[in-house]
Amino acid sequence: MNERLSRRKVFGLGAAGVAAAGAGAIASRSLLQEPAAAHATTADPFPFYGEHQAGIVTPAQDRLHFVAFDVVTDKRAELVDLLQEWTAAAARLTQGQEAGALGAAGGSPEAAPDDTGEALGLPASGLTLTIGFGPSLFDRRFGLAARRPAALADLPKFPGEQLVPEISGGDLCVQACAHDPQVAVHAIRNLTRIGFGKVSVRWSQLGFGRTSSTSRAQVTPRNLMGFKDGTNNMKLEDAALLRDQLWARAEDGTGWMAGGSYLVTRKIRMIVETWDRTSLREQEEIFGRSKGEGAPVGRKNEFDPVDLAAMKPDAHVRLAHPSSHGGAHLLRRGYNYVDGSDGLGRLDAGLFFIAYQRDPRKQFVPVQMGLAKADRLNEYIKHVSSGVFACPPGVRDAGDYWGRALFG
Amino acid sequence: MSATIRLTAGALALAGLTALTACAAEAPAPGAAPKPGKVTVNASDTECKVAVSEVAAGTSTFAITNGGSKVTEFYVYAPGDRVLAEVENIVPGLTRELIAELPAGTYETACKPGMVGKGIRNPLKVTGEHKPLTADAKLAEATRSYQRYVKSQSDTLLVKTQEFVDAVKAGDIGKAKELFSVSRTYWERIEPVAEIFGDLDPAIDAREADLADGEEWTGFHKIEKDLWITKDVSKDGPVADKLIADVKTIVTKANAAELTPLNLANGAKELLDEVATGKITGEEDTWSHTDLWDFDANLQGSKAAVQALRPVLEERAPDLVKTLDEKFAAAETELGEHRKGDGWRLHDELSKAELKRLSDVINALAEPISEIAPIVAR
Repeated sequence: MNERLSRRKVFGLGAAGVAAAGAGAIASRSLLQEPAAAHATTADPFPFYGEHQAGIVTPAQDRLHFVAFDVVTDKRAELVDLLQEWTAAAARLTQGQEAGALGAAGGSPEAAPDDTGEALGLPASGLTLTIGFGPSLFDRRFGLAARRPAALADLPKFPGEQLVPEISGGDLCVQACAHDPQVAVHAIRNLTRIGFGKVSVRWSQLGFGRTSSTSRAQVTPRNLMGFKDGTNNMKLEDAALLRDQLWARAEDGTGWMAGGSYLVTRKIRMIVETWDRTSLREQEEIFGRSKGEGAPVGRKNEFDPVDLAAMKPDAHVRLAHPSSHGGAHLLRRGYNYVDGSDGLGRLDAGLFFIAYQRDPRKQFVPVQMGLAKADRLNEYIKHVSSGVFACPPGVRDAGDYWGRALFG
Repeated sequence: MSATIRLTAGALALAGLTALTACAAEAPAPGAAPKPGKVTVNASDTECKVAVSEVAAGTSTFAITNGGSKVTEFYVYAPGDRVLAEVENIVPGLTRELIAELPAGTYETACKPGMVGKGIRNPLKVTGEHKPLTADAKLAEATRSYQRYVKSQSDTLLVKTQEFVDAVKAGDIGKAKELFSVSRTYWERIEPVAEIFGDLDPAIDAREADLADGEEWTGFHKIEKDLWITKDVSKDGPVADKLIADVKTIVTKANAAELTPLNLANGAKELLDEVATGKITGEEDTWSHTDLWDFDANLQGSKAAVQALRPVLEERAPDLVKTLDEKFAAAETELGEHRKGDGWRLHDELSKAELKRLSDVINALAEPISEIAPIVAR
C-alpha cells in the first residue's frame, strides 16, 4: 500500500489500538461498518460502506459544510458517471485519504493536482458524507418522474416563513460533517470540483457547532439562544424507534429508498439581539425548559420526563413534543451558524436545522405546522431557506455507488 | 460503468497478449514470491492492494488475485481516465495477469469489484527515460501552427490599435469607443503569449484597481475611463502613443518567441481563467461594460491553442478531445445567447442567473482543458 495514499499516515497514527496493526489492517477495519464505539477519538474515521449512509445516526460531529447542487447536464449517463466518481472520492475522503489517488503533491508536475491539498496532514476527523436527491431531480430530464417517492413531497407553505429561493431546494445535496471544519470544507470543495460541468453549486452553508446529540454518549449541546437542544432527540441507541421512524422501507412504496431516510433542512435565522434582552423567566417559558440545566418545566433534571400540561400552551417543547403529533419523532442533527453580520449591526446567525425521518408528511410537516402557527419562539426566528431530500441507502462496497438502486 | 474504451493500435496488441497470458495463467502457490518484474495485486470487494507504487518504464506484468466474493477487473489508467491496459472477468479465487507497456509518467490503477463504478484507485508512477517533447513531430507542428495564429492575430492587433490610437488623438470619442472593443479582441485572443514578456502586459492592459499608490496608469483601460467616464481624451495623446509603441514591441517579441507545447496548453487554460476571474465579474471593462467582447476573444484564443494541439490529443487522449469539443460548443452556445448585432450585450445588462450559467459553462470547459498539459508533457 502506498504511503502517500493515506493522509492519516502523514499525520501519524493517532488512534489507539490500530497503530500497531499496520496500514492494511486499518483499511479493512475502517472501511467496513462496525459499531460507533470503535470510533475512539475525534481523529478517527467512520466506516463509509454499510447498510445505511453514515452521517445520519453517526454521533453528530462538531462541524458542518452542507451544499445543494443543481444538475446542469441533461445527460443521464453523465449524472450516473458523476455519482460513481463522487462515491469513489467519498470512500477515500472519509477514510482520511486524498480525493484522487495521486493526491495534492503526487501527480504530474504539469497537471493540476487531483486533490486541493488543504487537508494534508489532517486526520479523517470523523468525516461523513451523506447524499440526498431533491424533488426537482425527478422531473423529465433524467426519466425519473415515475420513481419519485411519495414521501418526497414538496413541503407545504408554513405560516410566517420567508424563504429565499436562491438558498432553497436543489437537485442534489451533500452533507459533510467532521470534527475539523477544514476537513468538511475540503471534502465539499473537492466534490464540487469533480462535478464541474455536470452540477453547479446552488447554495451552501457552514455550521460551526452541533446543536443535537444523536447518541446517548454525547452531552446535549446548546443552540445560539443558549438552550440545550435535542435532549429528547431520536438517538443511535433507540433501535426500535429508528426502525419505525427513521429508515424508509420497501413496503413504504419506494423500493430504491429501502434503508434510506428523508432529510429536511431549514435555515432558521435568529434575531439574537432581541432575544438577549428578554428576561430569563420569559425565555424559559418560551422554551418550556430551564436555561441552566435544561430541565422541563416543573422538573429538576434534563432527562426527567416532561410534563406538558405544566408548560404554557405555546411553549416550544410542548408544541414540538411527539405526543402532540401522534408520536412523531425526528432525528435532528442541526448546526449553529454565523454568516458574519447583516449590515445593520446585527449578527447574521441562527440554526441550520437538519432532520432525518421515514416520512416528512407524517413527521416534519405536522410538527412544523404546529410550531409555525403557535410557537412563541416565532417572534425571534425566521425560516429563510428550506430543502427536502431523499437520502438513499448506504453504499455496500466499492462496486456500489450512491443512488445505484435509483439509476440502475 | 459504461466506459467506452478506445484502444490505440499498441494497446490492442497488448489486449491480445493479455487474453493469451490470462488463459495460461495459473494461481501462484500461496506465499510464493512474485517473479522479477511482476507486480502482485491483491483485490477484494473493498480493497485493492498493489504491491508497489512505482515501476520502471517499459513492460510491467501485474498479477491480480481476487480474494473477494465478486468478479473484479483491473485497469491501468493514464490521466483523463484513458484506459492503457485492462483485464476483465477475474472471478473470485483466480489470479490473472496483465502485461502493460508503460512509458514514464503518472498513472492510476483500479480494481473494480462487481465490475461497476470508478473502482478502488491507487497511484502508479512510471520512471525512466523519455524523449524530449520537441522531438515529437506532431508537437513541433502544433507549436508552428499556433505561432502562425499568433502572427495573424498580432498583425491585425497592430492595425486596429493604430486606428484606435488615431481616433483617440483626433478626439473622436464615438469612433474610439467602437474601436476599443474591436482592437482588444485581437489582444485578448493572444494575451497569454504577451504575458510571457512580464512588464509590457500591465503597461498595455492594467486596470485602475491593479495599480499601487503613485504608480503611473497607462494602456487601454486608462483611455477607456476617459472615453466613458470623463469623456475627455484631450490629454491622452502621450498615453495613446505609448500604447501603440508597447503593442509594437510586444508583437515583435511574440513573433520571435520560441513557444513550447506546454505554453499552448497552459495558455488555453489561462485564457479561461481570465474569463472566470475578470469577464464574468465585469472587472475587465468596468467603465465600458464590454466584457463579453473580451470573453468571446478569450474563448476563441483558447480554442485556437487547443486546436493546434488537436492532432497530438487525438492520438493520446481521444476521449478528452470529444469532451473538449462538447464543452467548447456548450460555452459558445451559452455565450451566443447574448449576441446583439455585430457585438454583444453589455455586462451590466446580464442578470445574475445569466452570469451564473456563463460561469458554469466556463468551469465545465476549464477542468478538461487543465488535463491537456500533462498529456502534452508526456
